[in-house]
Amino acid sequence: MARQSIHIVGASLAGIRAAEALRRRDFRGRIVLIGAEHQLPYDRPPLSKQVLAGNWDTDRIQLTKPEKLEELDLDLRLGVSATGFDLDSRTLSTSDGAEAVDGLLIAAGARCRTLPGAEDLGGVHVLRDLDQAMALRAELDEGPKRVVVVGAGFIGAEVAATCRERELAVTMIEALPTPLGRVLGEQMGEVCAEVHRQHGVDLRTNVGVDRLETGGDGRVAKVVLRDGAEIDADIVVIGIGVTPNTEWLEGSGLTLDNGVVCDATLLAAPGVTAAGDITRWPNYRFDEVMRVEHWDNAIEQGIHAAERLLTDDLDAQPFTPVPWFWSDQYDRKIQLAGRVRPDDDVEIVTGTLEEHRFAALYGREGKLVGVLGFNRPRHVMQYKTMIENGTSFTDAIAAEV
Amino acid sequence: MKIVVDFDLCESNAICMQIAPDVFEVRDDDFLYVLNENPDESDRGRMEECVQRCPKQAISLED
Ligand SMILES: Cc1cc2nc3c(=O)[nH]c(=O)nc-3n(C[C@H](O)[C@H](O)[C@H](O)COP(=O)(O)OP(=O)(O)OC[C@H]3O[C@@H](n4cnc5c(N)ncnc54)[C@H](O)[C@@H]3O)c2cc1C
Ligand code: SF4
Repeated sequence: MARQSIHIVGASLAGIRAAEALRRRDFRGRIVLIGAEHQLPYDRPPLSKQVLAGNWDTDRIQLTKPEKLEELDLDLRLGVSATGFDLDSRTLSTSDGAEAVDGLLIAAGARCRTLPGAEDLGGVHVLRDLDQAMALRAELDEGPKRVVVVGAGFIGAEVAATCRERELAVTMIEALPTPLGRVLGEQMGEVCAEVHRQHGVDLRTNVGVDRLETGGDGRVAKVVLRDGAEIDADIVVIGIGVTPNTEWLEGSGLTLDNGVVCDATLLAAPGVTAAGDITRWPNYRFDEVMRVEHWDNAIEQGIHAAERLLTDDLDAQPFTPVPWFWSDQYDRKIQLAGRVRPDDDVEIVTGTLEEHRFAALYGREGKLVGVLGFNRPRHVMQYKTMIENGTSFTDAIAAEV
Repeated sequence: MKIVVDFDLCESNAICMQIAPDVFEVRDDDFLYVLNENPDESDRGRMEECVQRCPKQAISLED
């Protein structure tokens, strides 16, 4: 099938890697890349790490060099939002007007959830984009007396770590009994908790936030917890997860369910694919419908969704990655590959929990399904390959790595 | 084409090694070794993939 043009909505990681993949596959038609942000595509992981720490300037986080961008020959529309899509008429509406589309690749990502009533309060932050990172960094530069981080997920944990590196006092509040307990299991969640406490974070678990209070100047002054505790706060960072940016697709004819629902090959409808944080699809390898919010997934999925638009239905391949991500906190590199559940079997294969340097394998029904590494990057990749190869749990434990 | 790795950025996660084991190797000492600093021009596509897939943006190509 000869496609004339492809519109990509979302000019971030998945979107730009998709555009590059189209050209690599010799697609000569028009590529329209539409992005709501004004910046050229940039990388988000450093926002909670080097950029927030003040160690990196923003020119270090570009995802493409200007000359590469030039080569791609894109119709690049920055600062433009898609506002609607109609599948029947194949019409895309944007803040610039409506136009007919041939192929459509949806890579609009996700945005941060927040607490009710927090939007208009000074000193309250979420962290998803560059503007938000720079706003938070500017307030950290002023040396706040205490930063309160709500939510001990990966982003919250990284913000807490970066603030501690800046020698700021940090309280982190987590509603679950252990941070990431639902992701990594209780035992490993406890290791994460210990790392934070050792670095001087005042970590409060098993308690929710009741409300934020202002000092009367429109800025936050206090966080009140459900157990009645009150914490003085100059700055509050909310890291309680993300919501996929699908509102503009309501009534489009596409299926939405906490993301854009695709088939196993990433097709959402004829000539429409999705990639990155916004995508929900059945990953046959794990027999599970998933939406993955990881950097590497956005790249692989961007490439796969782009190629899918150039492939006939009969030749289309399912997208079956082993999800993988990393998180840098203090001097720890935490990496997780696979799909783990809190009730999986866990076996430490190298290192010890006490030294916070180890690799832990997760097994389910006799199969290796995941690996968690603390400062064991090479091991994680080698066990990831074993997951890809369908290695049994016992063989993985016995393997020399 | 010359492979340049910024070892201050590299975290030895062996992504590049998965793509090009003949060029990159992370050894038991957990350090990355570049086995071939000057891959053939015909290998540029694969090397660019390594550049893109390195989460630390530690690899660059010099012509
Ligand atoms: C602070 C931070 C740290 C992270 N650290 C890590 C890490 O250490 N490891 C890891 O694996 N992952 C990390 N991630 C996750 C990773 O960055 C994401 O998975 C990745 O950015 C997803 O890419 P994406 O292109 O799908 O979506 P996004 O990066 O969210 O991009 C979507 C783009 O679409 C635009 N958009 C939205 N709606 C519209 C519309 N209607 N019209 C036009 N444009 C629109 C948005 O403005 C945005 O630019 C981190 C994320 C953040 C925010
Ligand atoms: S992919 Fe990047 S960080 Fe990983 S080993 Fe290679 S150069 Fe180092």
